Amino acid sequence: MAARAKLELRGVYKSFGANHVLKGIDIAVEKGKSLVVIGGSGTGKSVMIKSVLGLISPDKGSIKIDGQETTKLRPPERDAMMRKFGMLFQGGALFDSLPVWENVAFGLIQGHAMDRKQAKDIAIEKLRSVGLSAGVAKLYPAELSGGMQQRVGLARAVAANPEIIFFDEPTTGLDPIMADVINNLIVEASKGLGATTLSITHDMASARKIADNIAMIYKGQIIWHGPAKEIDHSGNEYVDQFIRGRAEGPIKMEV
Amino acid sequence: MSLSEQQSFSVVGYSQVFLQKLGSAALGFFAAVGRLAQFTGHGVSHCFTPPFFPRLLLRQLIDIGYYSLPVVGLTTLFTGMVLALQSYSGFSRFSAEGAIATVVVLSITRELSPVLAGLMVAGRVGASIAAEIGTMRVTEQIDALTTLSTNPYKYLIAPRLIAGTLMLPVLVLIGDIIGVFGGYIVSIYSLGFIPENYLHKTWEYLERMDVISGLWKAAAFGFIVTLMGCYHGFNSERGAQGVGAATTNAVVSSSILILIFNYFLTQVFFTGK
Repeated sequence: MAARAKLELRGVYKSFGANHVLKGIDIAVEKGKSLVVIGGSGTGKSVMIKSVLGLISPDKGSIKIDGQETTKLRPPERDAMMRKFGMLFQGGALFDSLPVWENVAFGLIQGHAMDRKQAKDIAIEKLRSVGLSAGVAKLYPAELSGGMQQRVGLARAVAANPEIIFFDEPTTGLDPIMADVINNLIVEASKGLGATTLSITHDMASARKIADNIAMIYKGQIIWHGPAKEIDHSGNEYVDQFIRGRAEGPIKMEV
Repeated sequence: MSLSEQQSFSVVGYSQVFLQKLGSAALGFFAAVGRLAQFTGHGVSHCFTPPFFPRLLLRQLIDIGYYSLPVVGLTTLFTGMVLALQSYSGFSRFSAEGAIATVVVLSITRELSPVLAGLMVAGRVGASIAAEIGTMRVTEQIDALTTLSTNPYKYLIAPRLIAGTLMLPVLVLIGDIIGVFGGYIVSIYSLGFIPENYLHKTWEYLERMDVISGLWKAAAFGFIVTLMGCYHGFNSERGAQGVGAATTNAVVSSSILILIFNYFLTQVFFTGK
């Protein structure tokens, strides 16, 4: 019998006016596994992940976490659900007005009502785990490089030891070496916590590094889903074109 | 098709296009009013329900109140001075110079201090709030707040609404004093009034309601300025252009609303209608 999915989307639809972004998304992620959803810009990756996080309400369909339906949660139940989540945004999305340590400790202080001193100690420990010294803790995000900001974002995502971690284009805008460093940190942090992860990216190097399974989204639908090691032999011409980065193929770019 | 039929067809066509555009504009307007009403309801309700963020509230009280003091003080000071000069040049034509002190104090407390302070704070604070929250929106910091179990309305909107509503009356009260002082300086040192007489005239016809009505107006204007800043920032479109547009819209809409509400509040306070 298949293991019960930690995270499951069934028939998820979302439109913005006449723009039908998600057209029946069906995916599931088993506990402790890492699913990476690949796809080009504007295919619905971000809308899908924001629907799971509750930042966008889907028009139709089911999103279950640990078997519990989340699309109709009331605010207190949603807050409790959010405590299971960690999220690394594209570019970090760090709070400019707060020092680094307070960014990392934010979820502990606000979401878990932890004492500030204790939260600061945990934040510094999490910063060390992503390769940043305690000296960085008192700096502000604007004083950090893009790679350092992404590390701080990762430390913030894992600070409260979440059960599910979401990664939104974690390596976009980074040089290849820094991108690989971030990928390694993502794998270490996720495996260390035993967390289930759902990532979206169009960076194939990142997808190959962090994924147990890969799914491809195209025009709001999952068109292929399988183990990461089988991506090169998917037998799907859309996937082949995407992973090889070819301009010619069934995917036509609107220019 | 004959020429007259073509002309009649084009008139019908233009009328349909005009009506479509009119209908679309009306629908857009009502949708915008609905969105603003919903945002206001959410914002106000979160001002009264825990958790509260006293550190953020304190920061906003200082940002909106203390740091607006110089601009409000200078505005009311020079307004009081100009008012004294203008009143003198007008009133001296029919030997009514004695009314200058009363005109200055009533104009400042009832109208000029709250309205000018509101407009200046709209420019300084409303723009800053819209730019800050707009930048947070386009860089996904507001989404990040939600994922960290923090309601953006409680964390970003409520402290600003409370601080704006509380601090503008304080600014206006200080502005009242400075504005009257401006009129006093010009009247004494430039127009040759006797200080005791001027002060006596200042107090003689001033009623408590003149000051209190100005403070109520200030509270309303403080709410409007912070609400417009928060609303436009929160709904900012993507990119630098979106944040720029949000900032402009915040200042323009709050300035217009201040002038409209000033009329209606004046009518309520001084005609009882």
